[in-house]
Amino acid sequence: MSKMVTIYIDEQAYQVEEGKSVLQIALENKIDIPHLCYHEDLPIEANCRLCLVESEGKTTTSCTLKASEGMKINTKNEELVKIRHENLSLLLASHQKNCPKCQQNQPCPAFALMQKYGITGEEYERKMLDLAIHKMGSAAEFDPNLCVRCGRCVNVCADIGINFLKIEGNGADAHLTHSEDPKIDCIYCGQCTVHCPVNAIREQSHLKQVESVLDDPDKIIIAQMAPSVRASIGEEFGLEPGINLEKKMFTALRQLGFDKVFDVNMGADITTLVEAQELTERLKKKFADEKTVLPMFTSCCPGWVKFLEFYYPEMIPHLTTSRSPQIHSGAAYKTWWAEKAGIDPSKIVVVSIMPCTSKKYESEMEKLKFELKGLKLKPVDYVLTTREMATLLKKNQIDLPKLADSEADSEGEYSGAAAIYGASGGVMESALRSTARILTGQELPKIDLEEVRGMKGIKRATIKIGDKEVKVAVVATARNARNVLEEIKKGKTDYDYIEFMACPGGCIGGGGQPLTSTHAIIKKRIAGLYDIDQKKNLRRAHENPVVQEFFKYLATKPSLAQEILYTNYSAKKKFE
Amino acid sequence: MLENDLLAKIEKAGLVGRGGASFPVHLKWQRIKSLSNPKKYVVCNASEGEPGVKKDFHVLKNFATEVFKGMLLTMDFLGSKEAYLNINQNYYRELKEKIDSLVSICQKKGYLINIFEEEPSYIGGETGALLNAIEGKKTEPRSSSPSPSITGIFGCPTLVHNVETFYDVARVADGTFKSTRFSTLLGVKNPGVYEVLNTQKITEILRETNNYPDFAFFVQVGGGASGEVLTVEQAENRELIGCGSIEVFSIETKPQEFLSKLFSFYAKESCGKCTPCREGSWQLKKIITELEQNNEIPWNKISPIIQAMDKSSFCDLGRSIVLPVRSYAKNILGIEV
Repeated sequence: MSKMVTIYIDEQAYQVEEGKSVLQIALENKIDIPHLCYHEDLPIEANCRLCLVESEGKTTTSCTLKASEGMKINTKNEELVKIRHENLSLLLASHQKNCPKCQQNQPCPAFALMQKYGITGEEYERKMLDLAIHKMGSAAEFDPNLCVRCGRCVNVCADIGINFLKIEGNGADAHLTHSEDPKIDCIYCGQCTVHCPVNAIREQSHLKQVESVLDDPDKIIIAQMAPSVRASIGEEFGLEPGINLEKKMFTALRQLGFDKVFDVNMGADITTLVEAQELTERLKKKFADEKTVLPMFTSCCPGWVKFLEFYYPEMIPHLTTSRSPQIHSGAAYKTWWAEKAGIDPSKIVVVSIMPCTSKKYESEMEKLKFELKGLKLKPVDYVLTTREMATLLKKNQIDLPKLADSEADSEGEYSGAAAIYGASGGVMESALRSTARILTGQELPKIDLEEVRGMKGIKRATIKIGDKEVKVAVVATARNARNVLEEIKKGKTDYDYIEFMACPGGCIGGGGQPLTSTHAIIKKRIAGLYDIDQKKNLRRAHENPVVQEFFKYLATKPSLAQEILYTNYSAKKKFE
Repeated sequence: MLENDLLAKIEKAGLVGRGGASFPVHLKWQRIKSLSNPKKYVVCNASEGEPGVKKDFHVLKNFATEVFKGMLLTMDFLGSKEAYLNINQNYYRELKEKIDSLVSICQKKGYLINIFEEEPSYIGGETGALLNAIEGKKTEPRSSSPSPSITGIFGCPTLVHNVETFYDVARVADGTFKSTRFSTLLGVKNPGVYEVLNTQKITEILRETNNYPDFAFFVQVGGGASGEVLTVEQAENRELIGCGSIEVFSIETKPQEFLSKLFSFYAKESCGKCTPCREGSWQLKKIITELEQNNEIPWNKISPIIQAMDKSSFCDLGRSIVLPVRSYAKNILGIEV
């Protein structure tokens, strides 16, 4: 542990770790210092020049100032306030005029800063560059003319292991752009969007489309929420991370006009069973010394799949052929439930609420469409991020934390194994709970697989299933994925099953989550998910009666089952 | 010559860095010498960026052999075998033959001198930015801590000197050092680079080089952009400090014209990293460009930007704008900004 020192901020004494950033200390002690480029998990850029403080008669940035014994810091002198105000005016010049959110009176983080510090954005006129908005597939987009060049997106993209984004040019021509290297492509994880403080990088919004179908009386609108959203959306309403608001969300979704409130968690239970079945088959072959491809890789994260298809296409056969939870449940509701409810599937609109931007890209995939009565249907029509959902609620004056609880419609039933899908290791744990049952006919003696939980980028474990040992790994972020894939290519490892996620901590740290997202916040959200699992009576996917009913329905329809449960992959080119 | 002997001579001669900051050479040497890292780099900086200033070129053109000798002496002192010459690419193009032959002579002696062709810019000569550029990163300044002397190129201690400083080192070693420096004279009858005595006053330099104007004038000293602006009376009593340049302006020069030169320079040369320099310099240029002729200078708009650049820019480029603007306003226009 590092040495503790006493520092004085505005004459108040604080015991802090020596060498710690003064801005970080201030933030942890709720001392107000404006800041924009600083993010506690990323390298310090010190380029926004907002977090100015005075120390030993010198004006300096508090993010770069390191605590030392007896240090005296003034955060409030008049000159500081004036210069911060000036820099903020320069930085956010013409912001509102260019920000699509601000244009629609929707909350944007930069706008909050402007209001707090009395900036109009019209003190100066920004230099507009002749640069178009760049679309990252159908997931995210960036507008160089809204960007404040803080570098958070560039750094997080590098941290994730992709290095797609960069800043080019000098002076006021410096702008955000992307790598031209044909060997580097965006994987749509959206980490840049959850690290952009000014809405310059953002999801490609589906809000307008969703609002317009909600107004359409001929449509049956289904809402399905991903596991992670319930444990994070409260942050948008000022609550602590990790508080489970699912029952309030069900109420809210009905208030917004959704006809049916189901759950992506139900889809997660489907995915678990399909994947566990496939893993069982591959393992049986291995145990019988027959040829098979192991380790099997999970495929529910479209960012990870895009990563593999682009960077390691030769390893595609390792991917499970199972579709992902939102695609499974979306198709289940448009087939099985529609038939049961006597509803024309072409009238159903499925809207997913996801912590993710790559799920938007996934929902648009042609290959995932299925045929029904001569129609080609999308399993999921629109995807809203957690942030977009919060915006929709706020636009409709729905104060989420104050709502009464309600339940999902009965076909939204899910097991605890689905709830933990949002956390890195959760898919693995769920799949192993069911694989054990399928392989041995017995449940695992210990249901909680602590070894695969937590924020570590690479987790390795050996799980005993019956008399066999199954070697597993759980990997989060592309950087760690690359390391593990290289180990496999070099034959250094003998894993049976590996879970991969593009984002730190898994979906719960996804690119569609509320700002600010930090590792510390993600940890709290994760605790919320495991808490849901703990409290569930049903804790294994195969125990879910709704899923059992769905599989019974599919049992007589093998070609439909094939179409809506499985998928395939192909090598991808840049921007594909 | 014994290493410590050279160090003592350098200290005695009072050598200071000729990049502009005038840091005592022997202190820099001692600091880096004291570090135990096995690998250390030496960088010769010949990429002056102030407008019109050409003394780095002059030194390399006329005294390249001495400069290389100074570099090798420095490398010997530090026990280093690898150096970089950060050189304005236009200079390199003109002096290629001479420089390449010196590089190959050094190579035969066992010293590797890498040529780094700098795209002509102010920031390309800024210490942190040039180290980033050499490492293949974006040419933008680094945080002042740790200093390049401790963590320079690829994390190794790195000694950065201006090209003229190496020339001085060689002159000290040869016993030919005189207390002189090079200065670019601009806006005069016979513009060019002159060798001047360190103790000479600005007006004396103009007289001695037969450049004293026959019109009423003011001067900008120590850099064509970031230099201080002085009246003739002030210049009578001032020695040349900072970057070696003296630029003469007619007293008739319009404020808009003078400020436009300054602001355009900063807007063009800002690397774009930090808010006050990037946005501020562009707004200043916009204010002065959009000003209708003969209108009053809107100091109320200029002043807060200058203050933010002065107090909060990331590197010395942005911070340096305050001196020319305030000294011009105060000394020439009689306005406190």
